[in-house]
Amino acid sequence: MRSTLSLRPGPRPRRRATEGRQAELVLAGLASCSLLALGLIFVFLVKEALPLFKSYPFEDFVRGLEWQPTSTNVRFGLVPLLAGTFLVTLGAAVIAVPLSLGVALFVSEVAPKRIRELLKPGLELLAAIPSVVYGFFGMVVLARWLQGVFGLTSGLNAFNGSILLAVMALPTMVTLSEDALRAVPESYRNASLAMGASRWETMIHVTLPSARAGVAAAVILGLGRVIGETMTVLMVTGNAAQISFSFFDSVRTMTATIAAEMAECAWGTPHYHALFAVGAALFLITFVFNAVADILLRRGARG
Amino acid sequence: MRRTRLAKRRAEQSAFSLLGFLSLLALAPLIVIVGYVVVGGLPAISWEFLFEGPSNMMRSGGIFPALVGTFLLVLGSSLVAVPLGVAGGLYLSEYARPGFFTRLMRLAVLNLAGVPSVVYGLFGLSVFVILLGMGVSVMAGSLTLGILVLPVVIAATEEAARNVPDGHRHASLALGATKWATVRQVVIPGATPGILTGVILAVSRVAGETAPIMFTAAAFFLPRLPDSPFDPVMALPYHLYVLSSEVAQADPKLRLGTALVLLTLVLVSNLFAVILRTRMRAKQGGGGV
Repeated sequence: MRSTLSLRPGPRPRRRATEGRQAELVLAGLASCSLLALGLIFVFLVKEALPLFKSYPFEDFVRGLEWQPTSTNVRFGLVPLLAGTFLVTLGAAVIAVPLSLGVALFVSEVAPKRIRELLKPGLELLAAIPSVVYGFFGMVVLARWLQGVFGLTSGLNAFNGSILLAVMALPTMVTLSEDALRAVPESYRNASLAMGASRWETMIHVTLPSARAGVAAAVILGLGRVIGETMTVLMVTGNAAQISFSFFDSVRTMTATIAAEMAECAWGTPHYHALFAVGAALFLITFVFNAVADILLRRGARG
Repeated sequence: MRRTRLAKRRAEQSAFSLLGFLSLLALAPLIVIVGYVVVGGLPAISWEFLFEGPSNMMRSGGIFPALVGTFLLVLGSSLVAVPLGVAGGLYLSEYARPGFFTRLMRLAVLNLAGVPSVVYGLFGLSVFVILLGMGVSVMAGSLTLGILVLPVVIAATEEAARNVPDGHRHASLALGATKWATVRQVVIPGATPGILTGVILAVSRVAGETAPIMFTAAAFFLPRLPDSPFDPVMALPYHLYVLSSEVAQADPKLRLGTALVLLTLVLVSNLFAVILRTRMRAKQGGGGV
């Protein structure tokens, strides 16, 4: 510690107190910037989305089955974009949830310390790879591979997106599930083992159920990331705005629509406002995901 | 009885092996993607590639303007995110009292971290580019990215400050230092390695983000460097997107080389942060979780 701290005769206590108060106020002010930013993001999304509904009925936006922003008879129907996001997210969930549960159980309950210390930084690096690099890999390698294996005309489809998004969601899901598993008191495990249960039985019947709120939160937060992911899906899902239920079809998500079309549309046109409306819908969906995860985590923390 | 126990034991062994296999499977993409980019990209790397601009309609040449652009965006967004994020983290760890305001602030940080990156792009477009008249520029992109990584810096600072032992604070206060002097001269120095880790992670995130800069900062093709903060720039991740999706006859070597430079920047800074954190925790006697 610095000796100057104690040796220097300080200013009069009274002045010190106000100085401390000022510091606290300044820090509080700077800290509120994040609150302000979140509020402003929501306000501006809504402000920029609203003008659309002067010329285009809200009902047609929410329930419309066609997204044709540039034809002579423009259509701004959200449903095909929602369907695209849903299909890709569903595929990613089917791959990522069992895989990340397995990895989390292994890391928290089975793996020796040395292996754990290798796996965790590995997952962190996986999370660090930029989404545009995933997209590039999907376009150049995975698409060609899928095309060959499944005999498709194009490998740029929902399945390609689902695989990559699953990989991208893994680190979040594993890390948070592992935290939840670790938070289960050791006494639960010991009680189960003392009753004659094997380690596997203890894991499946005691540890995992005790951590279920936290694991559910991990899955939801991971899926929240998947829904908001942009560059990867923009590059690998083929981007046809159609309602499809096949993983081998080309689909277009909400995020990819915004990214692909905002660069080309003129500011202030109905198309511009429609893209903000899509953004507002996206914001609301991810907000709900985060809120639900937060509630689950709180419940998990209470025990 | 004996036999079933043996059978159970075997089943357990194979279940554990399965979990181990899944863990290997989870790391496979890291090895495959990094391996592909490194092996394919290395032949493209040369002095000219790193220090020259693109030429021939981006079908040849180098990435220098994109490299500089990414550097400027990282610098600009750090100027936004570091002061705000460190102040926010210190406030939450040292001053905030449990209550409505603190709860609201934590919720905001949490949700800010969950906002999709393309939504940040929309926000930056409507506020910085159009409303404040900055145009598509380094300035607008830096502000957008700065807000995007704010939660990363806040969380890292708060965790680092909390890991400073209370004993140090009490010693300082007992010597007659004010709370603010204690924060400044005890908490901040003690938390610096942790804060630094957070800043490095934030920087690597900024370097790789594409969607937020697509309509706030990035230029499709701009062979010269920006003259002022209000000029647009090229950026590495956006350049990789453009080369992959928009330039039909781009040399595959150019794409792979760009991907390699981007990946190296991001992964090396991440690895650095991970090592820094591991050493820090080891110093604290492994107690800093």
